[in-house]
Parts: sequence; C-alpha cells; structure tokens
Amino acid sequence: MRNVSIVGIGQLPVGEHWDLSIRHIAHHAIAEALKEAGTEQVDALFVGNMLSGSLLSQEHLATLIADFSGLRNVEAAKIESACASGASALRIGHMAVASGMHDVVVVCGVEKMTDTTGESTTAGLATAADAEYEAAHGVSFVGLNALIMQRYMYEFDVPIDAFAGFSINAHRNGAKNANAMFQKPISLDTYLNAPMIATPINIMDSSPVCDGAAAAVLVASEQAGEYVTGHHPGAVQILASASANDTIALHDRRDPLFLEAAYVSSQKAYMQSGVTPADISFFELHDAFTIMSALSLEATGYARRGEGWHLAADDAIGPDGRIPISTLGGLKSRGHPVGATGMYQIVETVQQLRGEAGQGQIANASVGMAQNIGGSGATIVTHILGG
Amino acid sequence: MSIASLWRTRQQRYSLQGETCPDCHQAIFPPRDVCPYCSEAAGPVHTMSGRGEVYSYTKMFNVPDGFLAQRPYTVALVKLEEGPMVTAQLTDISDEDVEIGMPVEMVTRKLREEGDSGEIVYGYKFRPVFAAAD
Repeated sequence: MRNVSIVGIGQLPVGEHWDLSIRHIAHHAIAEALKEAGTEQVDALFVGNMLSGSLLSQEHLATLIADFSGLRNVEAAKIESACASGASALRIGHMAVASGMHDVVVVCGVEKMTDTTGESTTAGLATAADAEYEAAHGVSFVGLNALIMQRYMYEFDVPIDAFAGFSINAHRNGAKNANAMFQKPISLDTYLNAPMIATPINIMDSSPVCDGAAAAVLVASEQAGEYVTGHHPGAVQILASASANDTIALHDRRDPLFLEAAYVSSQKAYMQSGVTPADISFFELHDAFTIMSALSLEATGYARRGEGWHLAADDAIGPDGRIPISTLGGLKSRGHPVGATGMYQIVETVQQLRGEAGQGQIANASVGMAQNIGGSGATIVTHILGG
Repeated sequence: MSIASLWRTRQQRYSLQGETCPDCHQAIFPPRDVCPYCSEAAGPVHTMSGRGEVYSYTKMFNVPDGFLAQRPYTVALVKLEEGPMVTAQLTDISDEDVEIGMPVEMVTRKLREEGDSGEIVYGYKFRPVFAAAD
C-alpha cells in the first residue's frame, strides 16, 4: 500500500447557480484542481453525487463530466452513498492510488439541487431513507433528524437553545469564507426566532439546499514531489480513510441517539493514523443539522453521550476552542450541496493545513479530521489529513 | 412507491405483519432474510398487536411531494410492544397533546395523495389509546 497525497484542490462558491448546469460546476472545480496540480493527465475521475438521477434525469454522470472536462479514455465512475457520496468517492480514489492501480486520480463531489422545486428536492433527499418504511409515511430528511433531536432533548433534559451555539459558530466562521453560501454572522435572537421546519428543528438548525462542486487531485505521496514545484503550496497527506455503516432506517438503530458508524469509522481512522482526538487541530464534521454536530462530537470521542451540546454552550468549538469545528462555515453556512459536501470538507481541510484559509485560518493547524454522514447516520466516512 | 411495491408490502402496511426469529425469538418488523439481532435466518410470520408508545415525534411543516395537502402533520417513532420500532404518522390527535411515552394503537388510513396513476395508498398510522369509560 502506498501513502496518498492531495496535490491540487478546486471549488465553486456554494450557492444557487441557476445559470450553470451540473457539468459546468463540476468542470469548474476539476479544472481548478488540475491547474493547481499542474497536470492534465489523469488515470481516473471518480464523482461523488447523490441526486443527478432523481432531480436532473441525468445518470451516467461521471462520464458526462469527464467528457465535458476533456478527460477522454480515462476511467470514470459515479459513487453514490446519499450525503456521504463525496467522501465515499474520495475513499475510492484513495484506494485506487494506494493500491497502485492508478497513479493520478481526480475526485469531484458535485450536486445541483436548485433546478427543481423545494418539494421535489425534499422528496429526492428522502430517498436517502428507507423508501418503503420511512419515506412512504411522509417523513422528510429534516423530519428524521427532528425525531432524533426531540428524543435527545427529552432523554438528556436539554434546553431548546442548547443547539444555538453550533449555528452561531458556523455562521461566524462562514462569514470569513468567500466560498460560503451565507457570509453573515447570526445572533442568538435570530436563532430563537427562526421558523420551524420540523419541530424542534428550525431553519437556523438546518443546512441549506444549494449547488456546489469541489475536487481534489490524488497522487502517491512518493510521487508528490513531481507536482510540488515553483509556487505550489505543498502536498497534504491522507493519514487515514475509513467508512462504516449502520441500519438504513433510523427506527432500526440499536440506539437512535448514538452514531455507531461515526464511532467505528473514527476509531478505525485513529488507529490507521496513530492520531488521537487530542492531536487533531480542527474537525470538519457533518453539521447538516445542529443535533448531528452534538452526536458527531459524542461518537468521535470529544464528549460523553448526551453531553455534546455542552461544547457549543462553552464555545469549545470556536476557532480558538478545544476542538474547532465547521471552521469555514460547515454545512450550515458554507452550504450543503449533498453529494459535494464531503469534498468541500476535504478541500477546506487542505486549505487549513496549507495555511491558506484566510481570515478563517486556525492557528498551528497540523492535523485535520473530516467526517461525512449519509442518511440519518447510516453511512459515515472519516478522513484524517496532515501536512 | 410503485404499484408492484405497494402490492408486495400490503401485509406490512395493512396488518403490521413481521416475523419472529426462530433462534433468538426477537420480533422483527418488517420481515427480513437475516435476523438483525442474531444474524440467523429469520423465521415464521408474526403479526404485531398494533399497540405501542411514542418514542419520539415531530410536527413537519416542509413536506415532500405527495403529502402537501396534509401539512402540517406529525410523524412519530413508535416503539411497538413486541419490541420493533416503526416510523408512522400520528392521527386523531391535536399536535399539542403529543407526548413521548404516550400509548398509541395502529389504525389504517390513506397515506398520501394519489399520484398521476391514481393509486390510493393505505397504510398504518397511530392514534392515542383512550382509557375505556367505567
């Protein structure tokens, strides 16, 4: 097995790109990443995407994007695992390079969610759940997270404003990221007065529907020197890559309030890298909803069960806190173009480790963790990156 | 859901038909090929009583296609008395009265609006269990 490094990144500002199609936004990110890596020769393109079939009537997506990006006669395949599609695609790229099967792989996470009406997009997102036994009963994806949050508040006696700190931190950090969808801090009042989507989840607990694409170029670490020349900002190594699953339906979980797949995949990642939670400079977690931030912190070793929300209340998650999270806005403020999100997390982790995160830069960032969640906790992929 | 899928799952939607694992004796809903508790092959048919309690609930304001006419509505995780949990809507109750731990029972209701093909989808919802009058 070879070590794998990232030698190029690219991203599109997250937003509502009605003037661009999925092929344009994916190419934007890929072209930027290849330019940075200084190469046009790749062996494979792996695309992470969830909804192109259901929302755009476009499958065979990786070949469409490879074609549009001028990548002919390469391997091209789409990887789908709901909102964890981006990190799952990275993991496939990582395996391809680590195994020696390929030398240069470009991975792109891409999603176009604003071409359809809100109800169609909501129905599309619900396909991440069990179609016959969850979605058939009218539960949306927000609804599933609301069921978790309601029970969490009941079981651990958590006040309604306990989750505000996650949203406030994400928006405060997103305000420093030119690629974020929302670049504006919010106040506690804004959070407390936000309209409900599915009780107890309000709009400020929830990440937005949007479009986006982010990409990275992967090479064997032993060959990274060939790409890191001139003004190149330096290679970032993938120290760990791990994935684990859980029941697809929330109602089948052994404990619906514990992310077992996050626990398993993060433990695997800690073992692979020899890194402990205390060694990690910042954590790009999957804050699609504020409750998921609390559960992720609990499952990855930063808080006891039922106490993840204390980290937000104590602002331990801020840029200078014990474990900075959502450092460039997270899903809440940067945006959550679902199949692209895992790759935005990776691109932002690389930015932090290179010291290129601008006003959002974390001091002395040396090791970063990114965790991407598919479904209501059914697929969870953890990556740890280091200088 | 397609008509074929609706037909296949009719026993589950109309009568909460599941299974009992012959090895570990756990009740399973819906039927599976492999017992989720002990990984042995799952076993004979077991129809749930339809009684349970609310494990969690949410009142949904933004809803998927097919459910617009009903909104807002309340979806719950219902812990059946046999053990399995199901996701279902609550009915015959005002939103303010829902509580975690509340006893509920299964009823059959129309689940969603007819689509272009016009099929009417019936299935389980849950309503509060009212104490019998003396």
